[in-house]
Amino acid sequence: MSKGYNILIVGVGGQGTLLTSRILGTVAINLKQDVKVSEVHGMSQRGGSVVTYVKFGETVNSPLIEAGETDVILAFELLEAYRWIKYLKKGGKIIVNCQRIDPMPVIMGKQKYPEDIIDRLNELDLQIIPVDALCIAKSCGNIKAVNTVLLGVLAKHSGIDKKIWIDSLKENIKEKFIETNLKAFEAGYDL
Amino acid sequence: MKKLLLGNEAVARGAFEAGVKVATAYPGTPSTEITENIATYDEIYSEWSPNEKVALEVAIGASFQGARAICSMKHVGLNVAADPLFTVSYTGVNGGLVIVVADDPGMHSSQNEQDSRYYALSSKVPMLEPADSQECKDFVKQAFEISEKFDCPVILRLTTRIAHSRSIVELEERNECGLKEYKKDINKYVMMPGMARKRHEVVVKRLKDLKDFSNQSTLNQIEWGNTDIGIITAGISYQYAKEVFENASFLKLGMIYPMPDELIREFAKKVKKLYVIEELEPFIENHVRKLGIEINGKDLLPVTGEYSAQLIKEKLLGQKTEKEETADIPARPPVMCPGCPHRGIFYVLARLKLVVTGDIGCYTLGALPPVSAMDACVCMGASIGMAHGMEKARGHEFSEKCVAVIGDSTFIHSGITGLIDIVYNKGNSTVIILDNSITAMTGHQANPATGYTIKGETTIQVDLVKLAEAIGIKRVRTIDPFDVKEAEKAIKEEIQAKEPSLIIARRPCALLKGVKYKGAMKINQEKCKMCKMCMSLGCPSIVDKGDRIEVDEALCAGCGLCTRICKFNAFSKAGEQNE
Repeated sequence: MSKGYNILIVGVGGQGTLLTSRILGTVAINLKQDVKVSEVHGMSQRGGSVVTYVKFGETVNSPLIEAGETDVILAFELLEAYRWIKYLKKGGKIIVNCQRIDPMPVIMGKQKYPEDIIDRLNELDLQIIPVDALCIAKSCGNIKAVNTVLLGVLAKHSGIDKKIWIDSLKENIKEKFIETNLKAFEAGYDL
Repeated sequence: MKKLLLGNEAVARGAFEAGVKVATAYPGTPSTEITENIATYDEIYSEWSPNEKVALEVAIGASFQGARAICSMKHVGLNVAADPLFTVSYTGVNGGLVIVVADDPGMHSSQNEQDSRYYALSSKVPMLEPADSQECKDFVKQAFEISEKFDCPVILRLTTRIAHSRSIVELEERNECGLKEYKKDINKYVMMPGMARKRHEVVVKRLKDLKDFSNQSTLNQIEWGNTDIGIITAGISYQYAKEVFENASFLKLGMIYPMPDELIREFAKKVKKLYVIEELEPFIENHVRKLGIEINGKDLLPVTGEYSAQLIKEKLLGQKTEKEETADIPARPPVMCPGCPHRGIFYVLARLKLVVTGDIGCYTLGALPPVSAMDACVCMGASIGMAHGMEKARGHEFSEKCVAVIGDSTFIHSGITGLIDIVYNKGNSTVIILDNSITAMTGHQANPATGYTIKGETTIQVDLVKLAEAIGIKRVRTIDPFDVKEAEKAIKEEIQAKEPSLIIARRPCALLKGVKYKGAMKINQEKCKMCKMCMSLGCPSIVDKGDRIEVDEALCAGCGLCTRICKFNAFSKAGEQNE
């Protein structure tokens, strides 16, 4: 972590990636690190491909992460995982939620959704961690907790003290949702 | 206390700490969150104004009466507010006045890529540009000091990556500066030719003083490093450049108008090779060249799109990065959401093969396949004027195959005047207001047609029907956009009418709280004849699998529009019997 830590959160507009990035930002502050988080608002949020950049480090200048410089990609959707894969470092980690959301060209039957994304990812020099976050979130009693499940998986693989993650989670989630979200986080962490 | 804030949140915090009393705006990406966040401070009066011109005029009024006021908008909003801007430059202020404008290089959510820095130049108003969230907050406070010291409005310019990036900000207390005394002074506040001529002289003198200030101010800073390379830059470009040229010398401009000539000369003298790195137009570059200094800038870097560290490496250092495009990946363009009320109207417009003039909002997505039911979109309110112009160019009959579509908020913003034009100048056009009860694209802001204020308090709601009647439209009807049969009938009748018509298609945005359709749809494969009528809706949750049509239950909002399209009754609510 001394040379910085770059996380890319990718998904489809409306999947709720913003809370995840806010919690990650709090983690950085609690680690006494500099941090920048670059978000997407507006038109591209309407069901389009969205990306959030999270950069930790001693001093962070550009809020953007360049291709080949990401330590971990947190992908909320399969095709989006594949789309952004060139941003990952050699040997980097990609946590993939196995949910599939068809984009309009596929819906209209004009293009095919690649069926073998996990296989294609497996061929590359990287660590792939597939997660059925939707299913886990359901079993934790909150279908919307997909993001905290994925955060739990990320926490496990981050090498950052678990307590810092839990404190940061609590700082960003409303009192009444904390219990189910902690459950989802733990479920992701224990995978 | 340290907090991780969006650039826009930091601007709001700066306004709070600076003791601002009045904050106004019209929502527009990437500026919206400024005033959304200001609205959370009870010490500040805040409002969504009908448009940016009104917003600035309200802020000017507050300033004249001695309050600190802030007015925020996106880049194209400043075009709308340009009229008061150029003259408030002459009058100057009483309480500090800061105008925030957010440019959108790369056009993440905009119709053009204009560079608002030229507004500072042409209106002779100073402009500051922050490079992270901490500076967003600090520069707002300094902008108020400059505004009051030099008796002028100050523009704070952001770009998307500053407005929508979070970084760490140190919070401070609010400075309750109170109201300044108001003195009637027609020579300062009433801009008739006799007074304005004198004020213009004052403005020219002020600009000289501001230039001296710019040379002295800590807003502009030299960071000495290796003097082989010197870089003049500002805003987000500074961050990108800093990542590429870690050891170079930097002249970082925080005040980009007027620029500090002395400082630029001093810097240029001491470095061997000089670059100007700035997104969009060569604003800084042209000025530096005018000082007779040799530099590289737009000869190497593009005037279009966003920059990044990678792009600078490539263009200035010749370091090609492998750009392996991941092959055969379907693009994911934005789409109207599942349950979107606009979908019903666009389905009908596509069926009727009409010429559709469009406007700015979620419904601009109606231009994209498979709906493809829009011919033109230019700026806020333009749908109505364009429809009228098309009819005047091609004759009365043309209005039988053309409609204008415009959202409720956009209609209030600048559609009303276009509609009056149609009535006044004997047009025939049919205008459809897509009233989804909210300003949706920018993330759900109230507007005068919703009946709520920025703080969620109830207020008087503009009655669109009465408004249309009052300006002389006799044919006004309200329909449900999901009742596609009625919608088609209404549109056909109104385009044939020999007078102007207004159709209000009313159904709330599916993402609004309180809109609950409950339960996803399912499709009965035995009933489905694969006619694919439902596919023309362009609904993200109805998917063509080649041999069958499927509903993606995880996405489906359960709005049931598909049940109204399907001739074979193949759709029903999951869980319900469909026999």
